[in-house]
Amino acid sequence: MTTNFTVNGRAASTDAPSSTPLLWVIREGLKLTGTKFGCGTGLCGACTVHIDGKRAFSCQTQVSEVAGKSITTIEGLSADSSHPLQKAWLAERVPQCGYCQSGQIMSAADLLKQNPKPTREQIVAHMSTNLCRCGTYQRIVRAVERAAREG
Amino acid sequence: MTRHITAKELNTSVSRRQVMIGAAGLSFAFALSGPLARAATVAGERTGRPLSPWVSIAPDGSITILSAATEMGQGSMTSLPLVLAEELDADWSKVRVVPAPPIEAVYGNPGFGGMMYTAGSNAVRSYYQPMRTFGAQVRRVLLDNAANKLGVPVDELTTEPSVVVHGKSGRRLSYGEIAGFAQVPDKAPEIKPEQLKKPSEFRLIGKDVMRVELPGKVNGTAPYAIDVQVPGMLYGAVLRAPVEGATADKIDEAKAKAIAGVVKVVRMPYGVGVVAETPWAAFAAREALTHATTWTKSGKAWGFDSDKGLEEFATAARDPKAPSEEWSKAGDPRDALSKAASTFDAEYRCDYAYHAQMEPLNAVAAVSPSGDSAEIWCGTQSQTTAQEASAKALGIPRDKVKLNYLLMGGGFGRRGPRDSDFVVDAVLLAKDAGRPVKVMWTREDDVHNGRFRPLSAHYLRAGFDASGKLSVYQHRLVGDRVTPFFDPVRFEQRGRKDSILMVGADFGSYAIPHQLVEQLYRDTGVRTAPLRGISWTANKFAVETFIDELAARRGIDPVAFRLELIKDPRARKVVETVARMADWGKKRDGRGMGFAFLNYSDSLVAGAGEVSVDRSSGQVRLHNFWCALDCGRAVQPDNVAAQTESSIVYGLGLALMERITMKDGAVEQSNFYDYRIPRMSDVPLMHIEVISTDNPPTGAGQMATPLVTPAIGNAIAQLTGVRLRHTPFTPERVKKALA
Repeated sequence: MTTNFTVNGRAASTDAPSSTPLLWVIREGLKLTGTKFGCGTGLCGACTVHIDGKRAFSCQTQVSEVAGKSITTIEGLSADSSHPLQKAWLAERVPQCGYCQSGQIMSAADLLKQNPKPTREQIVAHMSTNLCRCGTYQRIVRAVERAAREG
Repeated sequence: MTRHITAKELNTSVSRRQVMIGAAGLSFAFALSGPLARAATVAGERTGRPLSPWVSIAPDGSITILSAATEMGQGSMTSLPLVLAEELDADWSKVRVVPAPPIEAVYGNPGFGGMMYTAGSNAVRSYYQPMRTFGAQVRRVLLDNAANKLGVPVDELTTEPSVVVHGKSGRRLSYGEIAGFAQVPDKAPEIKPEQLKKPSEFRLIGKDVMRVELPGKVNGTAPYAIDVQVPGMLYGAVLRAPVEGATADKIDEAKAKAIAGVVKVVRMPYGVGVVAETPWAAFAAREALTHATTWTKSGKAWGFDSDKGLEEFATAARDPKAPSEEWSKAGDPRDALSKAASTFDAEYRCDYAYHAQMEPLNAVAAVSPSGDSAEIWCGTQSQTTAQEASAKALGIPRDKVKLNYLLMGGGFGRRGPRDSDFVVDAVLLAKDAGRPVKVMWTREDDVHNGRFRPLSAHYLRAGFDASGKLSVYQHRLVGDRVTPFFDPVRFEQRGRKDSILMVGADFGSYAIPHQLVEQLYRDTGVRTAPLRGISWTANKFAVETFIDELAARRGIDPVAFRLELIKDPRARKVVETVARMADWGKKRDGRGMGFAFLNYSDSLVAGAGEVSVDRSSGQVRLHNFWCALDCGRAVQPDNVAAQTESSIVYGLGLALMERITMKDGAVEQSNFYDYRIPRMSDVPLMHIEVISTDNPPTGAGQMATPLVTPAIGNAIAQLTGVRLRHTPFTPERVKKALA
């Protein structure tokens, strides 16, 4: 059965079984590999995307759930790395291995959409869904604060 | 012989309009024969004109520098080319970095006997001087060519970034222009160390630049092996035997094969593989095989229980009659212990720990129909072992394996074993399937098939002389072997020494006359590997906790006691710096302060942690961590600070939560719900001071990791009077200790 949805503003479809995690459809089917596989259980956040504007773990989302919905991946956050968070991420030299950073940025983008001026505590509470084994957390906080400040 | 680049060669295509100018020294060849000719050819596939191994300059001024180190987030892919660019006096904005081909004779790491291996925080340390020399040699070739062209003596010429300048006449030649007519000598010009730049002349070293791969890491374009797709590719998953050395006995393939999209089930030497049209089919089939496979009882670890094993380790450690081998010795420790006016002893224990790099292990392989050549794509810490192990698995010569190595989603020591387990998976399945295969490990595979920091027990003893001075130190270490399993080749080459287990067990910078470190060798059969901080995380937990206990026994402040024993001025400086940063000695309500110091392979590092404990739950919280690091010349100071923050967070996990246990030889944990790693909410405020000195650069990628456990333990002791002796300090253990 074909599932139709939108990814980064463009129509997309898949014939994958309805229970297939959206993550694999995005990565292997649509070749949008910026969204990462980390744990497959919604514990690390590397697979974070936006579904209808809200963050979601794509590894915990079945394709059947996104029929008719609009998905944004890191590739669709901006066309040219110009999103304030992407600029702040570079200004604060956040990434190390970089593998989790798409998910971190998508998670942070969801926060700033809901709360453009978050406190440090709000940032930590929101971002604790996303693991970073390189331990870039202190710089992530600084980058989110910078993006909120500089817009 | 002189190579001259003809205009025709320069004009063939954009990618070929480049002059490669080579330079070599030390163990590196320069002449275009033997392995270097091969290097030039392979490098030429990437950069055009095959003249030499490290640098190419195109007429448009763009400069390509090859990177011999692999990139896992530590920044070597920028740092090493940057060091070369410094002495070349290159305009960094025109530099492009490409991976060096796997040819050890040219690109091998002098710190690892010439193999291509990025580990041990060793890349900048080992390549620093060679890269400077290579850069200076290429600059010299450019100067000589410019002098010829301008008809002036070479000593009238100077350089500005990517430009040769004749001051007297004001004439200027860009590096790109010179590349257009350069004659490259067959033999590299000799560069004496005093001809290298003075630190005051540095334009790049010590100034932070944007790491070359960073922009791709904020927009999803940075390429990792798991992202690779090649035409006709299938997906593979592997069910490995729970115990190393076991193999599949009976396999009921029916359920796996019934899953739509499954192509075949493949018996492998160490498990069962499945190949499918989609990743979800491959994972489902692998899951089905879990319940449909029985295992032979070959393999050593069957029956092993890590809790019981650790008890046995600890018993042997404290039993003076249990046989041991001397690892290191100074003075006459046995005599000193027998004559000591008083002695003190203590025990420490560490559990197995897991790397948990965020990118689960994976690789892509394609094997030719006749099986006589292959191409692989992977994220590896060692180009040497990845290529070698793949060739061995196929029974073909190494040069028949084309290696593409990509960015790694974390390494931490997991990605460099001699057998390259995760790469061989893809090679074997691709050969069997007759099509390219991408093998991905699930997180559960990554945990179950992990190779861990070893289980260890430590018995430490010290003696004071009649004047109350510390005179003798003894450390009996019982730990699961690492080097013989992880890299048997290196184990043999290095005199059968298990350095990955033992290094750092000595007393380091604490200058006392009599010292003895003993190893009680154990081989449980459990898979092991170096893990960030390597042997130092366990061994310095023991040493740095012991020092605190000795200070308490002497009734001296632990920082003052350390300074009493440390003579090295650099070491004293980091200790004093952290004491100042942390306002050591200041009383804090409800919080304890703990200190730790180490000389980690010539990088001096100290840390202090501020901790509180919830007595009802046993939960420990690290609020602040102050750290100072002197790693000699800091090539990229902000990156050194970033690596130090990273090392502290990694150390926090090992200190408080990370624990792998074994039952019947198999790993009990599966994913991030039962193997917790630090989240943002766990992390302290980190205060870092990078002390850049004129000493040769040493490592920066993991030096602070071993500080964290002893600093936290010492802080808890200061706060509660209770000493924690077994890492990690889980809430259950803390609660029990405080009860």
